[in-house]
Amino acid sequence: MRKSLSMLVVTSALVFAGSAFAQTPGQEREDGSLGDQAGIYADIGGAGSIVAAQMAIDDSGLNKKGWNITVISADHQNKPDVGANIARQWIDVEKVDAFVDLASSGVGLAVAAVAKEKNVVNMNSGSAASDLTGAQCSPNTIHWVYDTYMLANGTGKALVKAGGDSWFFLTADYAFGHALERDTGDVVKAAGGKVLGAVRHPLNTSDFSSFLLQAQSSKAKIIGLANAGGDTTNAIKQAAEFGIVSGGQKLAALLMFITDVHALGLNVAQGLNFTETFYWDMNDDTRAFTKRFNERHKKSPPTMVHAGVYSSVLHYLKALEALGGNPHDGAKVVAKMKEMPTDDPLFGKGSIRADGRKIHPAYLFEVKKPSESKYPWDYYKLVATIPADEAFIPLDKSVCPLVKK
Amino acid sequence: MAINTQALMAQLLVGLINGSFYALLSLGLAVIFGMLNIINFAHGALYMLGAFCAYFLLNIFGIGYWWALILAPLAVGLVGIVIERTMLQWLSGLDHLYGLLLTFGLVLIIQGIFLAYFGSSGLPYDIPDLLKGGTNLGFMFLPTYRAWVVVFSLAVCLATWFLIEKTRLGAYLRAATENPTLVRAFGINVPLMITLTYGLGVALAGLAGVLSAPINQVRPLMGADLIIVVFAVVVIGGMGSIMGSIVTGFMLGILEGLTKYFYPEASNTVVFIFMVLVLLIKPTGLTGRAA
Repeated sequence: MRKSLSMLVVTSALVFAGSAFAQTPGQEREDGSLGDQAGIYADIGGAGSIVAAQMAIDDSGLNKKGWNITVISADHQNKPDVGANIARQWIDVEKVDAFVDLASSGVGLAVAAVAKEKNVVNMNSGSAASDLTGAQCSPNTIHWVYDTYMLANGTGKALVKAGGDSWFFLTADYAFGHALERDTGDVVKAAGGKVLGAVRHPLNTSDFSSFLLQAQSSKAKIIGLANAGGDTTNAIKQAAEFGIVSGGQKLAALLMFITDVHALGLNVAQGLNFTETFYWDMNDDTRAFTKRFNERHKKSPPTMVHAGVYSSVLHYLKALEALGGNPHDGAKVVAKMKEMPTDDPLFGKGSIRADGRKIHPAYLFEVKKPSESKYPWDYYKLVATIPADEAFIPLDKSVCPLVKK
Repeated sequence: MAINTQALMAQLLVGLINGSFYALLSLGLAVIFGMLNIINFAHGALYMLGAFCAYFLLNIFGIGYWWALILAPLAVGLVGIVIERTMLQWLSGLDHLYGLLLTFGLVLIIQGIFLAYFGSSGLPYDIPDLLKGGTNLGFMFLPTYRAWVVVFSLAVCLATWFLIEKTRLGAYLRAATENPTLVRAFGINVPLMITLTYGLGVALAGLAGVLSAPINQVRPLMGADLIIVVFAVVVIGGMGSIMGSIVTGFMLGILEGLTKYFYPEASNTVVFIFMVLVLLIKPTGLTGRAA
């Protein structure tokens, strides 16, 4: 029996065309790439994530061995209810076995709950909220690339150490922003700094001047941007306009992606510090991957979310192969994935902890000056490497019930 | 909460700056609705087109901001004229809903194309050298560029109001909406006037786009973020009322600024709360006349 169909998801404001998939009985399985395809986070994951997942499937070589692995995708519009509904439909109707990408923490948490209830595999590369492996951890979820604790720990600690001991936060008003503000605040206080205040702005704000003025009058040394994507770039651009940086306050973009730096231009972005776990120009392996990636996705080199989608799908397929087929049992597959060490050209050797946290080093970067950038997308200078065992929340501090104490 | 006068003053000023964008955009909408009876949902997309136009002029042709202020609205106006001639004119006389649906469809297409080519993160556009820097007013640092935006858009708004309410051409226009057949009988080319009016309305959106390019990222979704608020402004001001939309634009900018100070979480809903209140108390809008 062979059937194929195509999906077309039409949304209220955004249109997205899905992809066709085919199934054959036997060792069939599917990945669902559920990302923000057309909203403010579309460049971070979106179409690039579909390419990355497909590359991992190709590189696994399993389709050549008679497996039938396909990717389908949809746009969750950064709305948790939309994401959860698509996830349910995919599991019940399309028989999807695994989810990837999942940018936007509200969606990430909602889909994680569905994945647990329906016992499928959930590999989150796009969301930041550390709750995914904390209070809301699940035997079905692996949080792959980064999280708010790691961002706070990397950037927050480094800036306090450099003298930035008073902070004011500009926070995106949803799960992710709150988590990032909370985790960074904790790091700042633990390192001896003070948090003077915070202002919450709605997701997708185009004008930050009111919020920036409040941050400015707080006299904090560091203005922490607990937001992402277009919100971060707009805030940075407008901060320059209001003379915040020239007035002696420093901006901390807690979550930046290379596409954001590109959008700002080096003139505005130069000197910003932030933490990522992947940079395309890190070594020969990442450059080789980027070259292959760019053959299929021309818009940008892979972001760390794209890299995470590739790495997670690759590891997932290794686990399935080790299990000798697809057991259609999410928790069982995730347990196997945790058992096996991870190894891929993008993140190097790593592991997955009991709480579902994927462990690898994190890097503190600084954006280059325009004069230092020699070729397209040559944007980052490595400032410090945070070893894998220090980059993420220590297991003994984890509040995840899966961790045996 | 202790009220800090300085901070409050600053928020009022910022509100005024945002208000000038609302005013420019809602003015265009009001002109189009008033003269063509079309609810122009494509306004946000044309605003975005204006910003992209400025970006292309600079990065492809090396033409800077000042020329873009003239050329981009012209280009957007031309696009508008094509839209009116090829599509909207066939909808005249039909229910408002048709125009709304058609222009909404146009938004999806234009935005989709730009998203596919340019991505969601946007493109950088620098503030022109002449308007860089700012002045310390004591209670806030006022960027020169923002001051320019307020002054310039206020001037454009008033000029448009003058054109439509006080000149002979404006009088023809208003007459043509009241009774097109009669105006035609005087030998005036009504369809041409309608087309040019639509062109003017969307050129204003294009102009707002150029003005906002140096402040915001030039992004495909920049219009989508704004258009709903601008519609609320038009509804509050009274559909089709020119002065109403200008005044309401500035007023709502200030209302939003104050909300951002007192309760920032509500800053993107306060406009709609106000709209509901106005509709309940005075359904024709603040300055609208009863139909």
